[in-house]
Amino acid sequence: MNALLFLVPLALLLGALGLAAFVWSLNAGQYEDLEGAAARALADDDVEDGRS
Amino acid sequence: MTMDVDFSALATRGRNGALRLELALDGMTCAACIFEIEAALKAIPHLVAARVNYADRRLSLEWTAPDFDFAAVLERLRRMGYRARPFERESGENAERETARRLLRCLAVAGFATVNVMMLSEAVWLGGDMDEATRDFFHGVSAIIALPATAFAGQPFFASAFAALRARRLNIDVPISLGVLLSLAMSVYETLTHAPHAYFDSATMLLAFLLLARYLDCAMRRKTRAVAANLAALRAPAACRIAADGAQNYVPLAALAPGDHVLTRPGERIPADGVVLSGEASLDESLVTGETRRRCVSAGDAVYAGALNFDGALTMRVQAAAGDSLIDEIERLVEKATAARSRYLRLADRVSRLYAPLVHLAALGALLAWLAAGASLHDALVTAIAVLIVTCPCALALAVPAVQVAASGALFRAGVLLNSDDALERLAEIDTVVFDKTGTLTTPEPCVVNAQEIEPELLALAARLAHSSRHPLACAVAREYPRAMAIEGAREERGAGVIGIVEGVEARLGDLRFCSVDDVATDEDASVIAFRHGERVALLRVRQTLRHDAHETIDALRRRGLRVLILSGDRAAPVEAAARALGVTEWRGALKPADKVARLEALRDEGRKTLMIGDGINDAPALAAAHVSLSPIDATQIAQAAADAVFLGEGLGPIVTTIDAARLARALMRQNLALSLLYNTVAAPLAMAGLLTPLIAAIAMSSSSLIVTLNALRAGGANGSGERDTRRKRCFLPPPRGGRSSAEGDREGVTPRVFAAEPHPGPQSGPTLPLKGRVNTPTLASTRSPCATRIDA
Repeated sequence: MNALLFLVPLALLLGALGLAAFVWSLNAGQYEDLEGAAARALADDDVEDGRS
Repeated sequence: MTMDVDFSALATRGRNGALRLELALDGMTCAACIFEIEAALKAIPHLVAARVNYADRRLSLEWTAPDFDFAAVLERLRRMGYRARPFERESGENAERETARRLLRCLAVAGFATVNVMMLSEAVWLGGDMDEATRDFFHGVSAIIALPATAFAGQPFFASAFAALRARRLNIDVPISLGVLLSLAMSVYETLTHAPHAYFDSATMLLAFLLLARYLDCAMRRKTRAVAANLAALRAPAACRIAADGAQNYVPLAALAPGDHVLTRPGERIPADGVVLSGEASLDESLVTGETRRRCVSAGDAVYAGALNFDGALTMRVQAAAGDSLIDEIERLVEKATAARSRYLRLADRVSRLYAPLVHLAALGALLAWLAAGASLHDALVTAIAVLIVTCPCALALAVPAVQVAASGALFRAGVLLNSDDALERLAEIDTVVFDKTGTLTTPEPCVVNAQEIEPELLALAARLAHSSRHPLACAVAREYPRAMAIEGAREERGAGVIGIVEGVEARLGDLRFCSVDDVATDEDASVIAFRHGERVALLRVRQTLRHDAHETIDALRRRGLRVLILSGDRAAPVEAAARALGVTEWRGALKPADKVARLEALRDEGRKTLMIGDGINDAPALAAAHVSLSPIDATQIAQAAADAVFLGEGLGPIVTTIDAARLARALMRQNLALSLLYNTVAAPLAMAGLLTPLIAAIAMSSSSLIVTLNALRAGGANGSGERDTRRKRCFLPPPRGGRSSAEGDREGVTPRVFAAEPHPGPQSGPTLPLKGRVNTPTLASTRSPCATRIDA
């Protein structure tokens, strides 16, 4: 029982953190262009000349 | 030859003081284009940010310096083979994006709550030896999660239900909201009284499922709208405005105001309604009136947006606010016709109108019956809640939208953009198809009709020469070989033709006298132009021709048991010729817009459900008056605004595809409704008998939703397999007009489609695609624009 009092809120806290991260990324417009984001992962422009 | 259009009016100021502008892009074929574009734009001075949105095919730019050379960006993109046009995001699109975000946020919260509450509930169900204090603790934590989560995630439903109740109606959201709220209230009560069960999980799960369905629906619509808006921006033509000091500059049509003076050159379309101030020209008004014979105008004559200027420069005064212009009359007709159609009730609405009261009655009945049978108020309430949840119109709510999403997605890939959300249902009901002739059954632009009779080599040469001119007849010749190289040094003699030197021999394309050819007899619909290369001479007959698959399409429609009619604004003779060629027995010519509407109303009174297909300004009222309507992508803007769907491409094939898809979709919708009703007839009595707890009810309800959704997916798979074209899927653009024939002279058979993957250099313009309900004067002012300016590198 004591472990539960500690672990259940912890689990919820972690879940809430994930939720907050999702809402933040949603508001930051990261879901506007999923196709493009998938392709951007393959870009090697940061290797070429050091610029990002 | 680039037109420098002044777009500064469209830029908006961002938060950090930088100016922002979005561009619609055409020509992106793969993800590598993203990096190519962004890397190329890095070099442009003062540009702070350039980011490509690959899903929407858009590029957003930010710059700081006020004297930023915007034209340089367009020029650079053009050289790389991308067509780009500044683009003004519509308020409707922003609102839709916000709705999608809101739904996604709600869905995330509901999903989070479901998962966590479920984790706790499972412990309660499975932990048989759990002591009471732990159980109460778990229920308490569930309440702490579920109550705020439902308060947040349930808002879309609560708001809609509240609005419906205030209007003294019942909609599908009322039983949903009631079920959720009651089960929450009940669960709180159970928790406080240390009861063994609570039903927080059923409330959150219900919301998560429903939100998922709504989000998918919204995302689909948003995607269609974004692509439609891109098409509009890419094709929006510009008008050449003459300032008070005589300076000419190209401005977007939206910037035109009444009283402006506008110059229209040969080959361009009249940008707005107005009065000719000076100049003479013959106009092709087939898109405006349906009449294919040309009209000569001079100072003092009224001209209408959409007419094609054949020869001669016209200066005109814009008169959009005239009040009794053609457009005003048409607008009134469209409004009247649209009002009549708005009474259409969707299938889901019809069912839910019956269903919602039934659900409430069943739940109330269960409550009262159990109370009468001597059960405690608590047990009776639990049963009533189970009834509410198990009969929750989830499956019903999903049944129709899920099919719509799948079917409209399939149609989207096949090149049909749906304008209104009940178009599919109405399309499935039709038994009569009414065609406009000009621009619909026939090509909107003139074509060379006797191309087969001419030596291919000579025709190719004529086409090369024709690429140097913007005259509509030259454009028709140029379209025979769309990718021919223009002849160096060719020059145009105004009002006569084009002249150039090929292999040391002079070549001329133009009117008969210009090419020293004797007069020949012509029929009144065709224009004859001559081509002379040294001693060799060819006569080219140019006329609007039937679209290449008009025959097959009409046969396919007849095979489906549909009655086919032609109603045209053109004179009787050409209409009869077209009708005879296509084997259509019912046709009328010389109809005014109001006559078309009257004819459609007569058909409706006969009990016919009509599909109207048309493209001209004069068709708009008829499109709005018909039971359902379609427009080709090269239609005038007002026609597209009045139509329920717009199809891309050169041919009429998408019409048949659309009807088939709609019929399949309707069949699936009915299956789905039948499935969910069947489910309810089994589950509701069980729930009323008190055999289901709210949790089991929620699981049963979810699985019924799942079955319905899976069934709906068939609408997406079964359609479009034959028509699908991956290139089109990527680009969503019709082939350039000239894509019809290849150099090998393949004129009637297979169409070698050239899609937008080909670079289109230079400003090319065409029709714009507005969304429904935007029929207002600025929209009307912008209609089809001239033949493309071709620039050969």
